[in-house]
Amino acid sequence: MAEVFKLNHVSKIYKNDGKEFPALKDVSLSINEGEIFGIIGMSGAGKSTLVRTLNRLEEISDGSVSFYGQDLSKLKPKEIRKIRRQIAMVFQSFNLLGQRDVLSNVMQPLRIAGIPRAGRKKKALEMLKIVGLEDKKNEYPSRLSGGQKQRVAIARALAADPKVLLCDEATSALDPKMTGEILELLKEINETRKLTIIIITHEMSVVEKICDRVAIIDDGKMVEAGEVKEIFRAPKSEAARKLVFPSNPFDPSDEESRLIRLVFDGLAANRPFIAELVEQTGKKVNILSANTKSVGGIGYGQMVVELPKDKKEQELIISFFKNGGLSVQEVNEP
Amino acid sequence: MSDYIIETIRNGIIETLEMTVFASILSYIIGLPVGIMLYATSKGRILENRPVNLILGLIVNVGRSLPFLILLVLLIPFTRFVTGSSIGTVASIVPLTVGAIPIVARMVESSLSEVSPGIIEAASAMGASPIYIIIHFILPEATPSLLLGAAINVATVLGYSAMAGVIGGGGLGAIALQYGYYRYQKDVLWTTVAILVVMVMLISEGGNLIAKKKRK
Ligand SMILES: Nc1ncnc2c1ncn2[C@@H]1O[C@H](COP(=O)(O)OP(=O)(O)O)[C@@H](O)[C@H]1O
Ligand SMILES: [Mg+2]
Repeated sequence: MAEVFKLNHVSKIYKNDGKEFPALKDVSLSINEGEIFGIIGMSGAGKSTLVRTLNRLEEISDGSVSFYGQDLSKLKPKEIRKIRRQIAMVFQSFNLLGQRDVLSNVMQPLRIAGIPRAGRKKKALEMLKIVGLEDKKNEYPSRLSGGQKQRVAIARALAADPKVLLCDEATSALDPKMTGEILELLKEINETRKLTIIIITHEMSVVEKICDRVAIIDDGKMVEAGEVKEIFRAPKSEAARKLVFPSNPFDPSDEESRLIRLVFDGLAANRPFIAELVEQTGKKVNILSANTKSVGGIGYGQMVVELPKDKKEQELIISFFKNGGLSVQEVNEP
Repeated sequence: MSDYIIETIRNGIIETLEMTVFASILSYIIGLPVGIMLYATSKGRILENRPVNLILGLIVNVGRSLPFLILLVLLIPFTRFVTGSSIGTVASIVPLTVGAIPIVARMVESSLSEVSPGIIEAASAMGASPIYIIIHFILPEATPSLLLGAAINVATVLGYSAMAGVIGGGGLGAIALQYGYYRYQKDVLWTTVAILVVMVMLISEGGNLIAKKKRK
């Protein structure tokens, strides 16, 4: 599989009025052709900085970024502009031209690529069809909803047939329904056009829905990376645990009680294992939070339960779950 | 008022319009590029260049801080060199243009600064060159604001043109001075003042209207 991006020990230090701020610290990762790669982290973690190094909108301080084996830092301004035409980008704030209609917005990258007017129009209409907005071609962006604006931005991004699509918080300004629609559209484009997509987000639900692999960024460092399924099942870093665990506060009946998190995959999800626990061991647990989701087409679920106080009972219950094929984790682990 | 005076006022209106229109156009031909340069070379912009920005900024600030009446006098030799004369409508266009250029440049700079940085980032990410970004992204986005600025500038030039009348420039300003001040004909004075006020108002309102229509 071809490697689209390779980052080797990338660091970025912002310098402002003599003050230095390290926004990226020794980040190494590689992104493969055709995959949907997620980059997740809290606000201020350095995600936007990271994604901007991929098309050299941001100059790095150390390390190297290469695109299909080409070291970006070695390119002249004219060469980097040519590369950028193959790396499309969509933004949280859409960034459409307000004074131009939808069609003319979508034609922009084609114009930059030097395609004649008739060809531009044909291609732009084709793109609007893909995102389902042909009928809005003569509207101005101010008359569109957020989701429609992002569709126009996606049509614009795809118009000049890029090799990669970078999405920096593309759904963060949208409500859950529109977010779902945009993510579905991205997934469809990834499959039909074999387009590599990089998704920047601070929401785990976005990663779960469409990403194949994910890197977790915390305070400028990449703390964890791998298959979404794996990280969801057993997050190793503190940052990953924070993102994966349900965000609603647990409310245990006792401050000091032991909380565990059960993760089950598509197979085990159908089993009534709490009922089995009661039937087979006579022990009970208190369910504090439970949800199931679809990750990459397979049903995943997690549940946070409060165990009884007795240590022996706790061990018995945990071994029951483990024997049943569930992954068990401590919630209050340091 | 006699027919002669009415005829004089009519000519005055035409001369004032001539001065205003030509000086405005000329000041934009130079002031627009200067304003674009001021904007593009400032800190964090797409053609950041400190020396160029400092020098341009200094020239523009000096030009703007000179009172127009002083500029008129200072420019007499230059005006004579360019037009062959230092009085008359055509001659007035020179100091009017020179006086308006720095005002236009600053107004253009401020209009362009309003364009959202996100749009420029999107354009850069598409692989557009700085010049392309200015022409196809920044200027179209700033158009409504540029039009509003232009209406203010044209009204300012019109006001200045009345001042130019003092130095034999012709137009309504000269008439107001001649009849209102030297001959003390109040009716002529007030008529020209009223016409000037109406002209300024028409220009401002017209500009507002066009800008509003343009803003999508
Ligand atoms: N131009 C800049 N100068 C100085 N600090 C910056 C600059 N841009 C971003 N930062 C800082 O770098 C950190 C990472 O920013 P960013 O990459 O935008 O984070 P994220 O996209 O993950 O929210 C933040 O602390 C931010 O304040
Ligand atoms: Mg960001």
